[in-house]
Parts: sequence; structure tokens; C-alpha cells
Amino acid sequence: MSLGSAIPQPLEEERAARPLLEVRAVAKRFGNHEVLKGISLTIAAGEFITLLGESGSGKTTMLRLIAGFEQPSSGEIWMNGSRLDTLPPYKRRVNTVFQQYALFPHLNVRDNVAYGLRVTNTPSNEIDTRVTDALRMVKMESFTSAQPATLSGGQQQRVALARALVNRPLLLLLDEPLSALDANLRKEMQSELKSLQREVGITFLFVTHDQDEAMALSDRIALLRNGALEQVASPREIYSHPATAYTAQFIGQANLLRAEVRGGVATCGALGWPTAVSDGAAVFSLRPEAIRLADAVANSVTDTPAAEVRFSAVVKQQLYGGASELLEIDCGGQTLRVKIPPRGPSSGKQDFSFFAHDAVPVSE
Amino acid sequence: MSGTPTTVTMRSSTSATRRAPLLAAYAWLVFAFIYLPIIVLIVYSFNRDGVGGFPPRHLTLDWYRQLFGDGAIWTSVLNSLIVAACSVALSLTLGLLAALALDRASFPGKSLFRRLVLLPLILPGIITGLSLLMFAVYAGAHLSLVTVFLGHGTALISVTTTELFAGLQKMDRAQEEASLDLGATPLQTFWRVTLPNLKLSLIAAGLLIFTLSMDEIAVTFFLIGRDNTLPLEIWGRLRRGITPEINAISTLIFAASVILIVIWFQLRTRAQRKAH
Amino acid sequence: MYSRAYKSLVSLPPLLWVGLFLLLPYALMLAHSFWVVRDGFIVHHWNLQNYRTLATNPVYVQVLLRSMSIAASVTLCSLLLGYPLAYYLSFHAGARKEILYQLVIVPLWVSYLVRGYAWKTILGSDGVLNEFLQYLHLTNAPVGFLLYSPFAVILMLTHIYTPFVFLPIYAALEHIPRPAVEASQDLGASPLKTFLRVILPLSLPGLLAGATFAFVLSLGDFLAPLLVGGASGTMIANVVQSLFGAAYDWPLGAAISVCILLITVTLLFLTERLEKRWSFR
Repeated sequence: MSLGSAIPQPLEEERAARPLLEVRAVAKRFGNHEVLKGISLTIAAGEFITLLGESGSGKTTMLRLIAGFEQPSSGEIWMNGSRLDTLPPYKRRVNTVFQQYALFPHLNVRDNVAYGLRVTNTPSNEIDTRVTDALRMVKMESFTSAQPATLSGGQQQRVALARALVNRPLLLLLDEPLSALDANLRKEMQSELKSLQREVGITFLFVTHDQDEAMALSDRIALLRNGALEQVASPREIYSHPATAYTAQFIGQANLLRAEVRGGVATCGALGWPTAVSDGAAVFSLRPEAIRLADAVANSVTDTPAAEVRFSAVVKQQLYGGASELLEIDCGGQTLRVKIPPRGPSSGKQDFSFFAHDAVPVSE
Repeated sequence: MSGTPTTVTMRSSTSATRRAPLLAAYAWLVFAFIYLPIIVLIVYSFNRDGVGGFPPRHLTLDWYRQLFGDGAIWTSVLNSLIVAACSVALSLTLGLLAALALDRASFPGKSLFRRLVLLPLILPGIITGLSLLMFAVYAGAHLSLVTVFLGHGTALISVTTTELFAGLQKMDRAQEEASLDLGATPLQTFWRVTLPNLKLSLIAAGLLIFTLSMDEIAVTFFLIGRDNTLPLEIWGRLRRGITPEINAISTLIFAASVILIVIWFQLRTRAQRKAH
Repeated sequence: MYSRAYKSLVSLPPLLWVGLFLLLPYALMLAHSFWVVRDGFIVHHWNLQNYRTLATNPVYVQVLLRSMSIAASVTLCSLLLGYPLAYYLSFHAGARKEILYQLVIVPLWVSYLVRGYAWKTILGSDGVLNEFLQYLHLTNAPVGFLLYSPFAVILMLTHIYTPFVFLPIYAALEHIPRPAVEASQDLGASPLKTFLRVILPLSLPGLLAGATFAFVLSLGDFLAPLLVGGASGTMIANVVQSLFGAAYDWPLGAAISVCILLITVTLLFLTERLEKRWSFR
């Protein structure tokens, strides 16, 4: 690969055995406000990991701690076996793609991209080659003499990316780089970012509040809530087995069923299903797409025998969505959301069903 | 407490502001350089033994007493106030119209006008003063406080224009449109909508012009008749010999300036905050 | 949205006034520079004699050069004082920034005369500074060159113009997007390199504006030389002043004024051009 030593995509086990960055019990206080509460996280070399969270969850602070623009109030950050948080930003092998791109307004595209190489005294012929390759990689090679102010948002973002990557950092930090782009451009850039990361093999730490984006791009998602890690897992894992009610509702949609469990049966209003959870109060997350119309079940390919829960409910709202429909149904006073393939206007009382194993127990 | 204010992300590197002790020391030295002469001036206004010498030994209010009995000074203060007030009125009126014109009308020579109006602020005062003097002579006018205030007002038009132009640009145009839509005439709209929006800018500009006029020497030097403004009265005294009485009046001027600038600053920041 | 009547109403008065009371006087000055004085009267005979005199007569050339060198010194010193101050306020002052900013502005509003007078009392042979030095036994006798010298003029004008120079530099520094500064460090540049490669270039328009202002106003200053300059500290504006006074040669005085005006306009024009080229919003 033209950007230099590209680490081939490691397998899961290899990743776990080769931590690149270790965040050890890092906390950060601003005055009286504790923005990050004792975060511990290990990032493996070559992975695409996303810090996901609402605004105020601390994700940007975490990023800035790793980049070096803030100091941890307590805890340590290690990279490849040596202490990172004691180094100033210009000595870390970490580069950042800033949210507003932060291109140097007084330099053209080429000089922007070459900046990091110039200040570290790279020989000039090597600079030329690397800059050209970096710009080609982000498809901006015809813009070398352009001034940043003349570029569109998406173009500036690419230049910012090239400027960071050309230095071959061990870790690339991306601070909500796509949030300023419109929807279509965003989708396009997401796809490009993912393939770029695979091609180049550099570890990406991506920060966003958009859970769709996180799921599409990441090898792993670290969900931050109020300064603490809620759950760290692959997108599939986090989606199908959310650990908490918050996770279930933040990533994708969820119906939260507050049930009473007695003797292996969970009861919530008019619904009841078998569960392995021990007796007492419990919360279950049930995805809207896990609920289907009862008559549709008969046509589906039969699963391995699984406990199927049937119930009736009244359709109160129908929201058409093109590829699917969202129904709001009333089941004995409880409102549930159901996602089904579009099938024309529905109303009145209908039969629904879901598989018991789709009701995932979550902690509150 | 959930929900950090989003200003956390904007705090950038200030929370990690590197200590820069050398730079800080230098900065404070510069501050000292700027303030020491004034402090010396104030201290010596209380010194019985005159303007020089060190250290000041006998402190007294005598010079202030002498100052308050000095009729000529207070006449010149009155003259300065009158001139300043008239300059403010003239400059605000013309400056307001000019700002409106620059904001809303297009006419040939617009950029020339802009530059011309700025010239008195950028050129050394002597040039403007002499030019106006020649004009006065050719026009057959007698030099007096009238010529002085005309000179000040004209020279300071661009102070108003700059301030108000910025204010107009920040103003929400839709407010005027709404006013017209609701049936107000352009004049009513100007009076009820445009002007109130510019209120803070107008006051800030007025204060600035007032202060600049009170302190003006270079242009005034050439346009003055028999009646002195305060700066020229002091100037005349300086030619005759210096006494701590001049320190006293200077201290009072300093105090008045500080009050004015604090007021001005409050107004300005309020005007800026309002625009957001 | 604005009717023609409205637009005429707002444009005509200021245009007419400025035309009459600014354009005409300056034009008059310009015209005079091409006329001559004969037998105590100004003769409207168009020629370039005044400019020739200025270019050749060593007295005028010397004063003009001295004035320019004083102005240059004032500009340089003001920059050396004002830039670091602005930088400190903008990047290191944190929460105290606003108050410190006001503190810098205050002297601007204090009378020019007051400040000049302060220096006069400080620098004299019986002045505060000399007495202070003798009090500390650092010197035995008054230091002569402090007052009534070009040094005094430079000192006083530096004191006056440092805040003037500070203002546009501070504004320019405040405008520098902080993420770009962080990006520079992120890419491996130390604070010094960041300053040289990012902050300084981006603050150049403000620096130039302040420098031009200080240079031009110092060049044309006639009060400072009268207060603290003495014979050796006379500047070109004093020459103009006397030509319009006792020495009665308005045309020559006008010619010098026009020269100063040309220098000013040229510098402003260059600065504006550079500002446009380097203004990257």
C-alpha cells in the first residue's frame, strides 16, 4: 500500500493479544464536574472502534485526552508499552481529524497535507511522494494548489483525513468528522472511511453520537453514558444483547417490558413468556422487528422449535417508512412498537407474536 | 448531574494552558510600562514639592484646591463639553445616515466615500487640521469654537459609521419587513424598529466620539479661535511652566476616562450579546 | 425594499457634507502644494517647485529622514511590546482575558496630552526618573539625553501607540481558529514551530494594520516633539507647522503634507492588498 506499512486485518484473537492503546482508570474533572469517571478501555492494533454517546457523555473529552489536549485528572494512558499521557501532543504518534476539519487557512491543500512531514523534518522528496499518495488515496489529487476556503465540506474533510494519515500514525482519532455533511454525502463517506481503514490498516478511534454510523463502521462500539462505559462490544453483539435498558434504547429501537418473573415465566401486562431469569422484577428489551403479525408466522420458514408468544393488540398508529412500516399497538394498555414489511393499511385488532428468546433481559 | 454543557468541547487548550512564565512576566512588564507614567502623574498631583524629585515627601491636596479655584480651566472645560456635545450630535446624525446609505443604497463612489470618511482617523491630525484651516480661511470664516466642533464632527463621522454599520449588518432584516408588513410606513419603521435596534451602538459610538472630542488636540490646534478647549488650555499652561496643578487636572481627566471606558465597554458587550 | 426616496435621503446629506468638508479641504491642500509664495502672497501658478525643493534641500530631506527613522523606531518598539502582550492575552490569559483587555484599552482613552506630559515630568533633569536613579545611587548626576531628544520622542510615542498596535493584533489572534492551532501540535509541531508556522502568518494582517497605524501617526506627530523633543527631536510635522505659521509658506507646507499623505495612502493600500491576499475567511 502506498501509505506505507499496512498491517493486514488481524483476527479477533490476534487483536486481543496486541493492545495498541490502554486507557487505565482515566477520570477527568472540570472544576466540580466529573466528565469522565474512571474509564478503562483497551484498543487493539488495526481495529475500527467507535466511542458512541450523546452530547455530554464525555466522548470528545476522551478523544482529547488521547490526543493530548487535556490531561487526565487521574489514571494513565499507555501506548505500545509506554506512557502516553505524559507526552505533549506533538510527540505522540497519534493524529486527529477534527470535527470542523481545522485546515490551515493560509496554506493550500498540498502544504496542509505536507505540514506534519515538514515540521518533523522529513526529506523533501519523500514528502512529495507521500503527499501525492495520500491525496490520491482520498481522491483529492487534482486539488493540490487549492485554498481550503474554496473547498466544500466533504472535500475539506478528505484533505483533513489525508493530512492526518500521511504521517502514518499508530492511532487515528476522528472527532465526529461526518456530522457536518448532508445525509447522502455522509453515507458515501462512511463507506469510503471503512474501506480506507481496511486498506491502510491503521487503528481508527471514531467518535460519534449517531448510532447507525457506529454500527455500520465499527469493529467494536464503546458506548459512553455520563462519563462511564455502558457497554463495549461488537455492533452485532451490542444490538442483539444489549446489557442495559439504556443501551437497548440508544442503539436501535426497543420496547422495554417491565415484567414480574415467577417460576420461569415473565409477565408484563397481558403478555407472558418463558424465561431463564430468576424470580423478581426484571426488564426485558424486545426489538420492534422481533414482533410480527401472527398470520405471517405461518408463511415463514420454520425455526428450530422455539417458544412463540402470541397476543392480540389494537393498531393505533401506522407509520409508513418505504422499506418497512412501524406500527404502534396497544396491548392491554401498554404501547408497543412493531416493525414489519409494508403490507397496506392496517387497523383494529390484530394478532401478533414474537419468540421468547427475543425478549432480552437487560439491567436498568 | 447529567448533561455537560457543550462548552466543554470548546474549551480547547485553555484548561491545559501551558504555563508560560517568561511570557507572562514580559506581558506584565509591558503593562507596567503602560501604566507607570500615569501612576507617577497621579502620585505627584499630591506632592507638595513640585513635579519632579524623588521620593514624593509631603502629600497635600493644595494643588486640587488651586485647580478648583482656577476659573480659566473650568471655562475651557465648559467649552470642551459644549464642543464635544455638538460634535456628538453632528457625527451621530451624519454617521447614522452614512451607515444606512452604506448598508442599503448603492451609489457611485461608494468605496471612495468609505475611504474618504476614514482618512481623518488615519492621517496625522495636522494634515486634517491644516486642510480644514485652509478651507475656513478661503470660506472667510472666523476661527472659533464653531469651527472646532465642525472639524471634530466631520473628522469623527467614520467612528459612528463603522460602529453603526456593524450594528445594521447584525440586525435581523426580517424585523423591518415585518413592520412594513404590519402596516407601518418606512419612517415609522425606522423610528420604531431600526433605531431601537441600534440604540446600544449609538450610545457606544456617542461615548467614543465624546471622549475623542474632549481629548482632541491636533485638529483643534489649527481651528481654535480665542476660546480654549481643555487640552489647549493645558497646552498653553505647559508653555508657561509646569506645576502639579496640571497633574491634578490630568488625574481628574484620567478618572473621568476610566469611568467612561467602563461604561462604554459594558454597552459594547451588551450590544454584542444582544446580537446573538 | 427601500424606495429611491429613502435611499436618496440617507445618502445625500452625508455625501454632500463629506464632499464639502472633507474632500474639498483635502483637495485644497493638494492644490496648494502645486502653487508658490511670492512676496508674501500665495500665487496660483501651477508648478512642481515645492516638490523639487523637498527632494533637494538637505534641511528638509534630513528632517524627513529623521522623522521616518523615529517613526520606524516607534513602530518597531510598539510591536515588540504590543505583540507579546496580545499573544499572552489571547492564548494564555484564560478567564482574565476580558479584564486585562479593558486594562490595556484604558490608557488609549486617557488624554494624549496627559500621557505626554507625564513623560515630560518623568524624563527631565529634575524629573522623577533621574531623581529615582540618583536616589538608588545608580547615577550621580542627571542623565541628559533623557529629555529633549529623539529618544524622548520615541519613548513617548511608543507609550502612546503600543495600545494602538495591540488592538488589531489581538483581534487577529482571537480570530485564529483554535482547532487549527491544536491541529498543528497534533501533527507534530512544537509550540514554537506552531507559532512560527501558523499563528504568526495568520496574525500578519492585524500586525500590519497596527504597524501602519503607528508608523503613519508617528510620522505626522507634531506635539510630541514640542513636548519632549527639543531641538534635536524636531520632526517633519513641526516644519509643516512653522510653514503654516511664522515661516509663512503654505504651498511648501502643503507639499510636505501631501508627501505624508502619499506615504500614508500607499502604506494603507499595500496593507489592504496584503490583507486581502492573506485573509482566508
